Amino acid sequence: MDLLRVDELICGYGDAEVLKGVSFCVKKGSLLGIVGPNGAGKTTLFRAITRILVPWKGEIFYCGKDINRISHRALAREVAVLPQILEIPFSFSVEQFISMGRFPHLKKFQRQSRYDLEVIEKVMALCDVLPFRERRISELSGGERQRAILAQCFAQEPRLLLLDEPTAHLDIGHQVEILDLIRRLNREGDLTVIMVLHDLNLASEYCDRLILLKEGGIFKEGDPKEVLTFENIEKVYNTVVIVKENPISLKPYILLVSEEELKTK
Amino acid sequence: MAHPPRSVAEKVKTMGKIFKRKVFLFSLLFILLFLSFFFSFMLGGSKLASGEVFHALFHPHTSGVAQTIVWQVRFPRILLSLLIGAGLAACGCVFQGMLRNPLADPYTLGISGGAALGATLGIVFRLGNSLGEFTLAGCAFFGALLCISVVYLVAQRRRFSVPTLILAGIILSFVFSAAVLLIFAVSEAQDVHRTVLWLMGDLSWASASLIKLVAYFIIGGIGLLLLFSRDLNLLTLGEEKAAHLGLETELVKKLLFIITSLITGVCVAASGIIGFVGLIVPHFMRRFTGPDHRVLIPASILGGAIFLSLCDTLARTIIAPLELPVGVITGILGGLFFLIFLFRSKRWEIF
Repeated sequence: MDLLRVDELICGYGDAEVLKGVSFCVKKGSLLGIVGPNGAGKTTLFRAITRILVPWKGEIFYCGKDINRISHRALAREVAVLPQILEIPFSFSVEQFISMGRFPHLKKFQRQSRYDLEVIEKVMALCDVLPFRERRISELSGGERQRAILAQCFAQEPRLLLLDEPTAHLDIGHQVEILDLIRRLNREGDLTVIMVLHDLNLASEYCDRLILLKEGGIFKEGDPKEVLTFENIEKVYNTVVIVKENPISLKPYILLVSEEELKTK
Repeated sequence: MAHPPRSVAEKVKTMGKIFKRKVFLFSLLFILLFLSFFFSFMLGGSKLASGEVFHALFHPHTSGVAQTIVWQVRFPRILLSLLIGAGLAACGCVFQGMLRNPLADPYTLGISGGAALGATLGIVFRLGNSLGEFTLAGCAFFGALLCISVVYLVAQRRRFSVPTLILAGIILSFVFSAAVLLIFAVSEAQDVHRTVLWLMGDLSWASASLIKLVAYFIIGGIGLLLLFSRDLNLLTLGEEKAAHLGLETELVKKLLFIITSLITGVCVAASGIIGFVGLIVPHFMRRFTGPDHRVLIPASILGGAIFLSLCDTLARTIIAPLELPVGVITGILGGLFFLIFLFRSKRWEIF
């Protein structure tokens, strides 16, 4: 069954039309990556799915229901969002911050139940934030902070997780750590994941399916091997690349070629 | 594993510790509130001994100089200062959380400017008490309402986005203060002087009927604000994240804006523009309570009441029998106090 269906989506800002009719389906349990060059509409698509932008035309369905007709609270019990940038001006502790993930499950004046406390503890262990549970969010390193924000998403107990560049500004160790965690939950916890990624190699390595966007439309959809061919990448990104195969995972990996090398070789 | 997850029993235990700290903090605040309330009765143009105050407070119906001073002169004023202090501090707290800006205060959205224009017109046109006891307060409140409506209409067109609110508010307050200066330029010196004194904050208008009116608004409004504490915690993460966590952000922001604006409008109408209370009290309290609005708002309410009643007592006594505008005291005293606090604080973050 399709968990999410995007139907002929047209969307943009002001007079500028960014997405020019995008349609795709996301099956339950899949791990989908959205890739494409700057300005292709990745973030716009993400914003439409997360209800920050209202579609001009077309619809987005979650479990067959138009997402713009579901209440924020009902949707937050099913869908969690990890934004690209999250500024937290006041200094909540890690545990306080993660507890806010239980908000959609609580009634207006209901206190956290035993079950809520257990969920919070479980996601903190899962994301390995227990060692700094009492520290302030503002005092964490980039990797720790991202794990805390992810833990808050998991505290919502979502069926669908939407991530906008979850690995931006992280070193490769932390990139792998975050994506391993997400994939583990996808495999074991039956969590459907859609993530926007900039790094084609990470997308290739971790996603089951990829959508390659170009100029507001879907250029190619399929598994990493089908999508990440050098022809596709050169057409979409206007740059010369070499695509090889990762000897361990047998997934494609992309090497870039600089102008100087291109001239001399 | 060095940091095992806690069982529910352990968590309840740590929560118990936090609860004890809260009980301690609030007991301390209540004691301070009582002390400042009591001291405010003793000090003033004529000083009263603590025994006299006690006697007068518990025997309101006997006649005597102390009774008259306590009940007729000081009681309304002290009560008003407690109410206004609580109202402004609560609103400042909500504005800082909602606008995600630690520099916000109840006047950020231009309400003071609107009220100032209303009051200036009332004074310059010598309306006096021509429209009843509350003519001046009514003018100021009307000005505040005008400002609130304009900000509301502008913000409504843009889904109540925070930058729009702030921008509309700041621009409006510039327009209003320019209008006030324009009126000053063409009016008589004594009117200007009266208006300036009013603008700096003045609690001497306190009367039983005014207090009754103000109390309904402020106590009711504060009660409503407290219902939004958890929502405010989410709003500090930003409108988008709050919505993704399930908050109906636009509706909550709209309601909070209306409630805080009305409380602020009533405060300004009753006592002029008393600055600084709404800015520093929430800051000061946040250092003891942390950023959780479920604790921060009640602590700010008590802190604001204590702070303003003490400042007003100083304003009444420093150059007695003359009085200083209380806004001058809150600015100088509060500002210096907070600077020293910032200087001595070991924590590296400001907020």
